[in-house]
Amino acid sequence: MAPLKYLYSTDHKVIGLLYGFTSLCFLLVGFVLVIVIRWQLAFPGQPVPYVAGLLGAANAPGGIVLPEFYNQLGAMHGTIMVFLGVVPLAVGAFGNYLVPLQIGAPDMAFPRLNLASYWFYAAGGAIMLASFFLPGGAANNGWTSYAPLSDLAPGHGQTFWLLGMLFIIFSSLLGALNFITTIVQLRAPGLTWFRLPFFVWAQFVTAFLLLLAFPALQAAALLQGMDRLAGSSFFLPSGLAVSGQALDVAGGGNALLWQHLFWFLGHPEVYVLILPAMGIAAEVIANNTRKPLWGYRVMVYSVFVLGFLSFVVWAHHMFLTGMGTAISAFFQTTTMIISIPSVVILSSLILSLYGGSIRFTTPMLFALAFLPMFGIGGLTGLPLGLATTDIPLHDTNYVVGHFHYLVAPGTIFALFAGIYHWFPRITGRMMNDVLGRIHFAGSLICMNVIFLPMFVQGLAGVNRRLWDGGAEYAHAQGVLHFNVPMSIAAFGLAFFQLFFIVNLFMSIRYGRRVDTNPWEATTLEWNTGTAPVRVYRDPYDYSVPGAKADFTPQYERAEA
Amino acid sequence: MHTLPYTTEIRPDTGLTNPKLGIWLFLASEVMLFGSLFSAYALLRSGAASWPDQSAVLSVPLATLNTVILISSSVTMVLAWSGARAGRMDRFRIYMGLTLLCGAGFLAVKAVEYGDKFAHGLLPSTDNFLALYFTMTGVHAVHVLAGMVVNAFLLGPGARMWRSEPERFTNRVEVAGIYWHFVDVVWIFLFPVLYLL
Repeated sequence: MAPLKYLYSTDHKVIGLLYGFTSLCFLLVGFVLVIVIRWQLAFPGQPVPYVAGLLGAANAPGGIVLPEFYNQLGAMHGTIMVFLGVVPLAVGAFGNYLVPLQIGAPDMAFPRLNLASYWFYAAGGAIMLASFFLPGGAANNGWTSYAPLSDLAPGHGQTFWLLGMLFIIFSSLLGALNFITTIVQLRAPGLTWFRLPFFVWAQFVTAFLLLLAFPALQAAALLQGMDRLAGSSFFLPSGLAVSGQALDVAGGGNALLWQHLFWFLGHPEVYVLILPAMGIAAEVIANNTRKPLWGYRVMVYSVFVLGFLSFVVWAHHMFLTGMGTAISAFFQTTTMIISIPSVVILSSLILSLYGGSIRFTTPMLFALAFLPMFGIGGLTGLPLGLATTDIPLHDTNYVVGHFHYLVAPGTIFALFAGIYHWFPRITGRMMNDVLGRIHFAGSLICMNVIFLPMFVQGLAGVNRRLWDGGAEYAHAQGVLHFNVPMSIAAFGLAFFQLFFIVNLFMSIRYGRRVDTNPWEATTLEWNTGTAPVRVYRDPYDYSVPGAKADFTPQYERAEA
Repeated sequence: MHTLPYTTEIRPDTGLTNPKLGIWLFLASEVMLFGSLFSAYALLRSGAASWPDQSAVLSVPLATLNTVILISSSVTMVLAWSGARAGRMDRFRIYMGLTLLCGAGFLAVKAVEYGDKFAHGLLPSTDNFLALYFTMTGVHAVHVLAGMVVNAFLLGPGARMWRSEPERFTNRVEVAGIYWHFVDVVWIFLFPVLYLL
């Protein structure tokens, strides 16, 4: 069985592709969920056309989405996109495929752990998907699963969510220690720390975040599992009443404990989403501007500061909990400080463009769009990092717009850039340029039409979790009309992804054949020679004066 | 396809082998897991209106016995490793066997303790102290069990590697030992926090 051997291969490239394929499928699933959400927001209470039958009579009788099902869609969209889509694609797929190649290692340090990591991830994903078919459906307490709501949620959806998370966390733990060991131990001779491509640095810091932040959610999931299955009261305070009935539990728990543990993971997780994307953007930009990255060393220092600080900002998600002004002041301060290294990295990438002779290839278009989109996402985060302005904006569509600008036209654009950029390395063929440009332009326009009005809606005070999109509220009336064009743009975004899907599969067979280094890049992954590599120079030796070409690969010996 | 370097030999500039760095990173993650549980303990206890007298609810003599058992097992683990390193497989087998026996003894005592609590109707739903006790010792017991599985593998089918790659086998015993000591250290924190404080 030829295809089966790929499922059991310990080769990092095969595992990377497995991760890539699986996570792209999950991105599609998460996207389909949000399409249903967008329909419901634009046309509340009207039957979903075409696919109503697929939703199930219990969830959407006559195609009309029930509020309970709407909550499942929201919770699982977030969970699937973050934990099963973007992170496995950015770290599992890109990291696995490229890190060993870029450092000239024969494989990851622990190939079998690497395969185990994939299978734990796949099992976690299967558990999450299976939960939709439980009586009562999947988890419906938001992707943050705030207690006590999630503690007391009926059915088994939330329990499955916790179990799935335990699998995913174990998977990322195995992956993270593997990445760190690989980068520390298996760098090729001559590849000193400051000769590492920025992408490798980004993955290195990301791995530390995964290693040290995820266990907090593991503990939290165990505690919530105990609450749900063994009747403990970790997150159930004394005197809690549900629907006017006093709850028959021991009490004495603390609902904020869940939030602290969740966000101790959750905030570093934000940087897990962003850092690999910055790494990809850096590689693509250096290659397509034909010059070294501006401020490479400062970017490396910044990524470390970013990683460290990301552990001490988590409670800025909790300003509304009344945890006290002293604690709020601390977390506001750290939040303002952490914006500095982010700005340093983004500015360095923008300054890298200056004076370059830019090649507007499809990956470069995505990388270029990443910069301002990420900038919008970052700057709109500032008011959320200050308690005074966060209080009216908290839990509104403004927040949704903010983090979607970071992750959708931010991270996901960088991931697209990476796919278009490294596709020839994987297949020996280029992806189609025309289809790629249509995909790019359509996605960029649609994403902005979807997310920009969210800031307006949020400033008007529209809550982000409403089944009818806010139709019941007087203050929302002035901004509700945005919902129809936003949703049409979402459907348009789905349409433009077809160009990507068709392009991806067609190019595997029919793409234009190319040489081993079609982008004329300098880093080691484009060296397809079989001899052990040795590194002689910095990662981005583009346009070196006096060199025979405008790029000098890292594996090329200096001309004496 | 080249073979992976530094699986047994030390990389000169880092001074580490891959497995040794890997296990320390794994333990760093474990520290965060148990650290989160200890933080939960601190937060819940400091916010509690009343807290039971821990040493009256739990059995301090049994836990002391378990502490002695687990520390002894750490000693035998080191002796097993030094036996393997000296090329004395007979000593390795005896001490690794003793380590496994101590692990089993620890879990048996734990089972007696749990059974006694259940018999008296003391459950995770009784109060948050007991809930923390069961969760934290439960997670720890799972770690003991996992260590025993690894140790049993090294004593049983894994010992074949001794003949083909003795150095690599010794490294495996050392790495398993590092994990085993960590599990021991976690208990040394759990014992006073749950039984004595």
